[in-house]
Amino acid sequence: MKFVIGMHINPAVLDALTDEEKAAIGDGHGALLAELKESGELIVTQALADPSQSAVVSVRDGRTVVTDGPFVEAKEYLGGFYLVDCESRERALQIAARIPDAALTGLAVEVRPVMFYDGALEA
Amino acid sequence: MTRSAIEDLLREHTPQVLGTLVRRYSCFEDCEDAVQEAVLAAAVQWPSSGVPANPRGWLTTVAGRRLIDQMRSDHARRSRETADSLATVPTDVPGTDDTLTLLLLCCHPALTPGSQIALTLRAAGGLTTAEIARAFLVPESTMAVRISRAKRLIRDAGGRFSEPAPLTAVLHVLYLIFNEGYTAVHRADLATEAIRLTRAVHTQRPTDSEVTGLLALMLLTHSRHATRTTPAGDLVPLDEQDRTAWNRSLIAEGLTLVRAALAGPTLGPYLLQAAIAATHADAATAEETDWRQIHALYLILERIAPNPMVTLNRAIALAELKGPQAGLTLLATLDTDDRLARHHRLLSVRAHLREKAGDPAAAHDLYRRAARATTSLAEQRYLESRAVRCRTPLSPN
Repeated sequence: MKFVIGMHINPAVLDALTDEEKAAIGDGHGALLAELKESGELIVTQALADPSQSAVVSVRDGRTVVTDGPFVEAKEYLGGFYLVDCESRERALQIAARIPDAALTGLAVEVRPVMFYDGALEA
Repeated sequence: MTRSAIEDLLREHTPQVLGTLVRRYSCFEDCEDAVQEAVLAAAVQWPSSGVPANPRGWLTTVAGRRLIDQMRSDHARRSRETADSLATVPTDVPGTDDTLTLLLLCCHPALTPGSQIALTLRAAGGLTTAEIARAFLVPESTMAVRISRAKRLIRDAGGRFSEPAPLTAVLHVLYLIFNEGYTAVHRADLATEAIRLTRAVHTQRPTDSEVTGLLALMLLTHSRHATRTTPAGDLVPLDEQDRTAWNRSLIAEGLTLVRAALAGPTLGPYLLQAAIAATHADAATAEETDWRQIHALYLILERIAPNPMVTLNRAIALAELKGPQAGLTLLATLDTDDRLARHHRLLSVRAHLREKAGDPAAAHDLYRRAARATTSLAEQRYLESRAVRCRTPLSPN
């Protein structure tokens, strides 16, 4: 079963962390990544750039309109995700709990099943 | 013999040869490498030199020699006695089928179901890692990691046959492989593969009623394969399928197996499910379905293997027998079940029964909720279409 584990981050929360705490988050992700690669459960993980780098594209009457910035202005936004293929929902929740962000107030880790999947199978 | 006939022959013999070697020498990974080399040699040599009189003996001998060469070079410092004891290469292979031996090892209890499935398809099914990866929509590298990890776990668990998986574990894995092929339209080859492997187990254990039951269940379910989706990929429910297009030879074989097994002394979950599938297969039209018998079979299944999904299915049969309200009353007993509470099947069955009870508004709402709860696109499309049908009655009064 495939799940996207999305990490909703808040820059204000991250900025308030000490250097040690930031390093611990990086180490936590590194350890989890190594484990998921070894178990054959990781398909891909990606971190996204700041929403200020986003652009919202819409087409109206055949005209493309590009608006810089995110679709939804919020304190929290999707900072990155893990795409995993694992035995069960329970296992996906277990993996999510290992993501360091899950232990920080103000950040959220969200688990959602994947319904359709194509492409990048040779990655 | 044509090249593709040789390939079929090799695929048939590979698991047996691997099973023989693993049974003799235990080291799973090395045995698999050796068998792969022997198969490669055969694929190169046989088209020109001809197929040997005893292909399996040839493969076992060649693979055995490769294995011993490998062991000698790997463990040159090992004692001479060890090498000597291995040097007796079996040239005459007894007529036993080692596919079951191999399946029991692939379903080792140290592995998760997902790994058991992958290893079974790789080692016993002879599928390539790329084929398995495609079937489960994961990158080939991910599947390769999973398979080698599974082999390592078996090795670490001291894996030869001190603790073989029980036969029920093998049947469960074959059932899961079949279901993967059955639920996803593009993976029908997995269903065929599951049937092939279950046949091999049945040949080995012809009197085991659960093996017979599982094989019959697969054949009877697979007989409906062509009719359960439209060419566009939309699901067609059982009562709307074109029964004249059901595969008669699969049904005949399944029915024969079920009848033979039902005459025996034991009645297990697979045989009961096969008997239910057989009852559906027996009905020339949906209206002629013997729901009394289906309900009785679900009742027995519920007693010997209690499971909310079985109760859910019994509710459908009960509704056909005694009206939708009786089915809805039974469904109400499942509301407290945590395993089912969030499941779309409970919502969709309830929607179906509400629709039959003449409450299209409630049915519409339930179909919509079921559509949101499923993770299958085909099922979602089907449930959405049922919801739409409830909102716009075809024959306005």
